[in-house]
Amino acid sequence: MTVATPLIGAPIDRIEGAEKVRGAALYAAEHPVDQPVYVFPLQSQIALGRITGIDTTEAMAEQGVVGVLTHENAPRLASTQDAELAILQSPEVAFRGQFIGGVLAETAEAARRAASLVRPSYEPREHDVSFHAARADLVKPDEVNGGFQTDTTDGDVDGALASAAVVLDATYTTPQEHNNPLEPHATIAIWSDNELTLYDSTQGVHWVRDSIAALFGMEPQRIHVVCPHTGGGFGSKGLPHAHVVLAAMAAQLVAPRPAKLVLTRQQMFSVVGYRTGTIQRIRMGSEASGRLTAISHDVVEQTSRIKEFAEQTAVPTRVMYAAPNRRTTHRLVELDVPVPSWMRAPGEAPGMFGLEVAMDEMAIACGLDPVEFRIRNEPETDPETGRPFSSRNLVACLREGAQRFGWAERDPAPRAHRDGPWLVGTGVAASTYPVYSMPGSRATIQARPDGRYRVLIGAADIGTGAWTALTQIAADALDVEMSEVVLSIGDTDLPYASGAGGSTGILCWGSAIVDAARRLRAELPNSSPIPDEGVEVTGAIPDNPYAGQMSMHSFGAQFAEVRVHTSTGEVRVPRLLGIFAVGRMINAKTGRSQLIGGMTMGLSMALHEHSVVDPRFGHVVNHDFAGYHIPANADIGSIEADWIDEHDPYVNPMGAKGIGELGIVGTAAVIANAAHHATGIRVRDLPITLDRFLT
Amino acid sequence: MKPFRYQLAPDVGTAVSTLAATPNAAFLAGGTNLVDLMKLEVEQPDVLVDVRQLTSDRVEQHPEFVRIGAAVTNSTLAADPVIRERFPMLSQAVLAGASGQLRNLATAGGNLLQRTRCAYFQDVTTPCNKRDPGTGCSARDGFHREHAILGASDMCAATHPSDMAVAMVALDAVVNTQGPHGQRAIPLVGLHRLPGNEPERDTVLEHGELITSIDIPSLGFAANSQYRKARDRASYAFALVSVAAALDAVDGEVRDVRLALGGIAHKPWRATRAEAVLRGGAATKEKFREAAAAELADARPLPGNEFKIPLALNMIAGILTELLEVRR
Repeated sequence: MTVATPLIGAPIDRIEGAEKVRGAALYAAEHPVDQPVYVFPLQSQIALGRITGIDTTEAMAEQGVVGVLTHENAPRLASTQDAELAILQSPEVAFRGQFIGGVLAETAEAARRAASLVRPSYEPREHDVSFHAARADLVKPDEVNGGFQTDTTDGDVDGALASAAVVLDATYTTPQEHNNPLEPHATIAIWSDNELTLYDSTQGVHWVRDSIAALFGMEPQRIHVVCPHTGGGFGSKGLPHAHVVLAAMAAQLVAPRPAKLVLTRQQMFSVVGYRTGTIQRIRMGSEASGRLTAISHDVVEQTSRIKEFAEQTAVPTRVMYAAPNRRTTHRLVELDVPVPSWMRAPGEAPGMFGLEVAMDEMAIACGLDPVEFRIRNEPETDPETGRPFSSRNLVACLREGAQRFGWAERDPAPRAHRDGPWLVGTGVAASTYPVYSMPGSRATIQARPDGRYRVLIGAADIGTGAWTALTQIAADALDVEMSEVVLSIGDTDLPYASGAGGSTGILCWGSAIVDAARRLRAELPNSSPIPDEGVEVTGAIPDNPYAGQMSMHSFGAQFAEVRVHTSTGEVRVPRLLGIFAVGRMINAKTGRSQLIGGMTMGLSMALHEHSVVDPRFGHVVNHDFAGYHIPANADIGSIEADWIDEHDPYVNPMGAKGIGELGIVGTAAVIANAAHHATGIRVRDLPITLDRFLT
Repeated sequence: MKPFRYQLAPDVGTAVSTLAATPNAAFLAGGTNLVDLMKLEVEQPDVLVDVRQLTSDRVEQHPEFVRIGAAVTNSTLAADPVIRERFPMLSQAVLAGASGQLRNLATAGGNLLQRTRCAYFQDVTTPCNKRDPGTGCSARDGFHREHAILGASDMCAATHPSDMAVAMVALDAVVNTQGPHGQRAIPLVGLHRLPGNEPERDTVLEHGELITSIDIPSLGFAANSQYRKARDRASYAFALVSVAAALDAVDGEVRDVRLALGGIAHKPWRATRAEAVLRGGAATKEKFREAAAAELADARPLPGNEFKIPLALNMIAGILTELLEVRR
């Protein structure tokens, strides 16, 4: 266990905050390099077919153009297994917007201009980007993201539904959505002496290194990935996407000059992953008393024909509520579309929209308060596995939230509260996220004769506050002041670290640091002098003896007040409250920011986000911030996030659960539920736009 | 972006003659829309003639009208005490558009001449009759949530994006220009065109004709006016439907009214039919709805924007009712 200093849980300011405010913190494209060549990608304008020729004459004649990279002159990759990354290896086109080349020039402007002068010719084939559930060609994936079983079944769902006193059968949909971190994806690639250096905006330097090493057939040690700061990722910078490969290929052509590639906002809508749309049929059966007897959650979603990604949408339903008869399924439509990928809480974010709106509908159908209905269906052990929970405080969150929100005064009747032209409603929904762990993270601590402790780990700070939280964890574990700890992260020359994904960052990296600190203190007790030559130890994330024995999840309850305008249908959310159970909070300030950020993104999912695909062309039409809406300040009212005391000694040495994704889970549902309470209109399809309420 | 030549003209006359002599040239004022379109290669001028310093950047009160210099920024216009007091809907309309940063840079003249935000118009990889005549309209059978329900043609269903222009067209604004053939005063209601068979032409301006100022005629009851905008987020989004209205009602009767709609047509839409129904009629909610229905009788929505009809009906009736209540 850690030494329980007051450091852990304190609202410590970001240690790199001043650097960021001054613009001194370097993001990927800002690293100073000598005479870079700028790369502007060429993207396919057909959604399926092959390239029959690429006329580069006009582009090459532009001033400052260094070269045009196409499938005809691109370096051959050692591995083409990953069809998303193996670009420019053939003339085949698998989706609109796929990279078919890149223009290299002396300035970013010249590269972009010349790119518009490259004339590709195509032999198009008829593409199919039509996503709907009635298709005859649905595919059952071998497993879904996270390594979960595709389908599960327990008991007799159909029988239980047939004999249930109250039955719900409804379909919920969520649209395709795109990650839009503030910092666009960017890479600087430099080849020298057969080694490759990448300044890349990423959630995990070692993940990038290992992917690119496999692709180029290199020893991972010959690739160096550097990323001290990332301006948001939300999953889209988890694994490298095609632009990293394009930058590396371009750098190979112009070596030893660096190649710099920064995606435009529009390009991000084709090549950095996205959240699939989902179609979720949910059936529930209940006794008259409000005890669920059956839950069934059947999901249809899309993937790319060239690379499978199966979002684990129904997986949270396996853990949320007790019911003896249970079923979850996932089916995919394979389309000529870009490859979907991680977007904040893949699985939980869309799946808990369906489940938590269904729970609201079911509570009403049973004549029960939706808080009470959830409490009534609280399982004692994991309903799927029967394992005990390491800690489960959903009920405590619901009760605490209800009390703080003033839930008791709520009139359950829809459309009962009006304030001028606004109908006012309130709602509740639950949040959950698994406590994952990833293997392999290691941390080195060097005790120096000057009394300082250098902590080395290739971790990532994607804006979450990892710089600060890891420094706190190290100082706490070493029982020293934060000022005595010098942290280094974001570089593959540091000890291996898993990436910032699955809300595991602080848990995995922190566990490795705690392990290293313990080893150091065994060798060098706190009171003993540090020898002149210093002391260096390396620790690693330990195996968790409770893994596979216990069910580990975080939970939360969200409450919302929603206003819907009676004549325009405009939707406003003046108040959001989230109460979470996340084990031990490491940093109250950055942690609260993460939860509030998640809830804000959840509000965005509820009211705004929708990547509109034009089936004729196969691309996302609203591919900029004018068309793809995320909330403006005016859309956000009061958002409050807090957490209950939760002690969980089983999850990891810090007793902490991940917080990066939990906040977005359930927010879309709570807003939909409150909108229903306000208006009596049940919206089952996101986003909740004003036209749903117009009469 | 295609390389271009930048020129700072010494006066309006030179700017106009330069443009008239250069077929592929454009005036540059705030640049908040033009430069974006140049980056997207929707606009590819060879020459940009900077006119920002050439026209007045002041709002001047005259006995019969208020004159707004073409170079007045949106921020200045919205904050002007005369505008706020005499034409509140104009100030509100300007503030309903864009963001603070953009309003600091964008000008009144440029605001009138901004181009549609139709996603296909802005994407050179898709067909668009407005950008590339004869290639077809992608929006009609595609994504058209923000598109026109009135006055569209088979060639184009784009909407004019300005909020300011909606309030101005309700106020009978007159646009003063200087062109290759001299000066003229164009009623704003006639400045913008419906798409017809030439959607590429947004306005009746000649090439090289520069807006120098905009006059808003005095209208006493415009002090009782409002601009209301419904959109897909609370700020920084284009209108789904917007309504500018000024109402003069006495003793339960509408003496006079000004009404215009945004977000529903290729031009800021003066609601003359509704005004005709309202003028001299009873100032009641029923009559307001009847007037709104008359205006929208010819609406031809696309499958994805049918909601604009009830939205516009509700908003017209709603805003007139509010103006009536304020009057009481």
